[in-house]
Amino acid sequence: MRARMHAAGEALDAWVREVVAWHFDPASGCPFWIDYAKKLSWDPRREITGFGDLKRLGPFEDEWLRGGPVERWVPRGLAGKPVFVFETGGTTGIPKTRINCDDFRIDYELFSETLPDEYFPKGSNWLMLGPSGPRRLRLGVEHLAQRRGGICFFVDFDPRWVIKLIQKGWNEHLQAYKDHVIDQGVTILQANHDIRCLWATPKLLEALAMRLESMGTTIRQAGITGIFAGGTEFTPQWNRFAQEELLDGAYMTPTYGNTLMGLAASAPSGPHNNYKIAYYAPQPRAVIEVVDFDNPDCVVNYGETGRVQITTLTKEFFMPGYLERDEGEREPPCELYRWDGVSGVRPYRGFAATTTVGVY
Amino acid sequence: MMHLPVLRWGKPYQSLDVDEVVHFATGEPIARVSRANGGIIQRDMRKAQRARDVLTEVPIDELIERVGRAGEVYLNGTVPMGDGTQTPDEFVRAQSASTGLPEHMCRANMKKNAFVLAEMRNVLTSLTRGLEFDVLTRGFGEERGVPISFQAQSPVLGLVLPSNSPGVHTLWLPIIPLQVGLVLKPGPQEPWTPYRMAGAFFEAGIPREAISVYPGEGDVGAAVLDSCGRSLIFGGTATVDRYRGDPRVQAHGPGFSKILLGDDQVDHWEKYLDIMLESVVGNSGRSCINCSGIWASRHTREIADAISRRLAGLRPLPPDDPEAGLAAFTVPGVADAVSQAIDADLQEPGVTDVTARHRDGGRVVKQGRADYLLPTVVHCESPEAAIAKKEYMFPFVTVVECPESRMIDAAGPTLVCSAITCQEDFRKRLIGAVNIDRLNLGSVPTTKLNWLQPHEGNIVEFLFRARAFQSAPLLA
Repeated sequence: MRARMHAAGEALDAWVREVVAWHFDPASGCPFWIDYAKKLSWDPRREITGFGDLKRLGPFEDEWLRGGPVERWVPRGLAGKPVFVFETGGTTGIPKTRINCDDFRIDYELFSETLPDEYFPKGSNWLMLGPSGPRRLRLGVEHLAQRRGGICFFVDFDPRWVIKLIQKGWNEHLQAYKDHVIDQGVTILQANHDIRCLWATPKLLEALAMRLESMGTTIRQAGITGIFAGGTEFTPQWNRFAQEELLDGAYMTPTYGNTLMGLAASAPSGPHNNYKIAYYAPQPRAVIEVVDFDNPDCVVNYGETGRVQITTLTKEFFMPGYLERDEGEREPPCELYRWDGVSGVRPYRGFAATTTVGVY
Repeated sequence: MMHLPVLRWGKPYQSLDVDEVVHFATGEPIARVSRANGGIIQRDMRKAQRARDVLTEVPIDELIERVGRAGEVYLNGTVPMGDGTQTPDEFVRAQSASTGLPEHMCRANMKKNAFVLAEMRNVLTSLTRGLEFDVLTRGFGEERGVPISFQAQSPVLGLVLPSNSPGVHTLWLPIIPLQVGLVLKPGPQEPWTPYRMAGAFFEAGIPREAISVYPGEGDVGAAVLDSCGRSLIFGGTATVDRYRGDPRVQAHGPGFSKILLGDDQVDHWEKYLDIMLESVVGNSGRSCINCSGIWASRHTREIADAISRRLAGLRPLPPDDPEAGLAAFTVPGVADAVSQAIDADLQEPGVTDVTARHRDGGRVVKQGRADYLLPTVVHCESPEAAIAKKEYMFPFVTVVECPESRMIDAAGPTLVCSAITCQEDFRKRLIGAVNIDRLNLGSVPTTKLNWLQPHEGNIVEFLFRARAFQSAPLLA
């Protein structure tokens, strides 16, 4: 185990050197980082030799991702390739953006390797109940389904509108919108498309399961064998409730992620670990750290609570030391993932009062 | 340490999400409470009809006997709760420790709840206006030769309960004998009464399937309101506004209870000083029935000054002191926020903090982890002052100068109005005023309730709808 952890660390350091060399090279890097390097009195390509050195670049500021021109994030080395732009949040003000060429495909291909074929049978069709619009999730899940030989059906869900409904206290509209989404999902499930796999947020999965139960059936009886779920407020208690009372034996794998980082898979959870959900980033393409609330340069001890800090390391996007709006407990490496993870993810206490979470 | 599980139709369910209830003064954990999630309630409510079904198997007369026995158990017994038991003294200490209410006030509220249970037959007779109880079970009957029918609007009543005063629980005690199930979401600092009462009910033979208790956060309250056909929620003005006009929800907010002195009696105001004080300071000013406004056309400065002098000696005392008159604020930051809100309103011209000149130091007293707010009496030269329409959870009252002719309209929504007047015309207008809920004419403190009367609407009418019903033999 120790040797494999060491190897993972070495692989990360090597990948960091390659990514830094790419992004800070005037020939291949993006304008943002090339301009950034000009303001430094040192050369990142020479002096960053491993992951630990990235903190020399200072904290990555949220605001850098808001507003244009978005082209400043496109690496010159990818010139001519079709570019996607994906957004996060955006309930108020200007949303954060991230450019993508192939990252979403690569991330979801890597994630596909973590899915057990027994529950996510190759060749079976998918249904996605969740946000599409400017998010990469829709394209990612569709690519995942296609990669596994299936076809993905969609029901759109607009979280920005839902947050507004919650903030305005328009509960009837909120319920009506949720019903509208679930109506469509049930219709597709009943339309003989042989859908076995589902992507859903916890709230929508719960609503779908309740609706099916009221119709005298279940998620499992509707044909679903595997569920890939993601979203905020995925607690151990909800995980247990879903497994014990909602899913009728369908397999569910929680994930943590967003447009900026990619997709963190979870280690197996169940009665054996009190349904604890520990997420592990797709290292070395992304790294999750749990850092001290007051000193983000300092990682907390295992089991201790801190703020989630993510680092994205791909040829398309370089984002070192980004402080997420979440907190959680630092998890040690495990059999499947030889690097640190995070559990108990919840809204960061410093923002919790002002953040509307759990909308999807 | 005691663990209080979620009760799902009487069955304990230990959640993976657990909250600690801590002692307000020491920070010492005193209980662990399982936290439900919204989905659990939505699922459980599919079986809500079962709660009414098991209750209708027991005649209302018998349920009245059983809740009477439950009252005895609640008041004097050692009640099974969660994974332990609790004596009355332990209950009082725990409730005081988490809510900040002095122990003698907890005991007084306990007696209040037990009294309502003991008097249940009279309470129900009053609230149903003498209806034969069987009519509620059967759904129809006959009264004075006329067919009558009362239809239960929901098999269960949901309650999103507060933490401010345990006396509020009197409102839901008649529900079980009305053969309607209970779905309780306890206040975060006051899980004690719902659990002790549920335990006492079970001990007295009330079917376990009739009661659910779901501690939790906002999603739990929302799920209770969504899933139950009829619910009561307790909260602030925003809560009341949010549910206004929703026939499924009865929202209980601030009381804005008041004493109005008529022009015929105001010159004798000193005679009524004790009634005013009792209305303001009883239960440490925490109840919606506490007086938050004293309105008169003259002598208002003298009244404010006299009340201030009498309240000036009220200081924080240990919770077990029988003389303790002030409850602690147990949620950090609340006392400071309230005090700052009062100070902001005091900037308005014509508004004076009369108590300030009778006390040393500020309004907020910090003792260890607990905060206290000292009694505050504010004089308002006019009813237009913003603070004249405020209510806070401590002995706080405005004394408002207002001509008698404008008093009723300007007073706004008033849960309890004690009007001290003998003028027929004024009394007549008070009786007709739709902004007043409970009306006391004469020397009655706002805090003195007659339990045989409805409170913010008749709970029986909220749960049972009178409707037309006819039946005739089928044609041959």
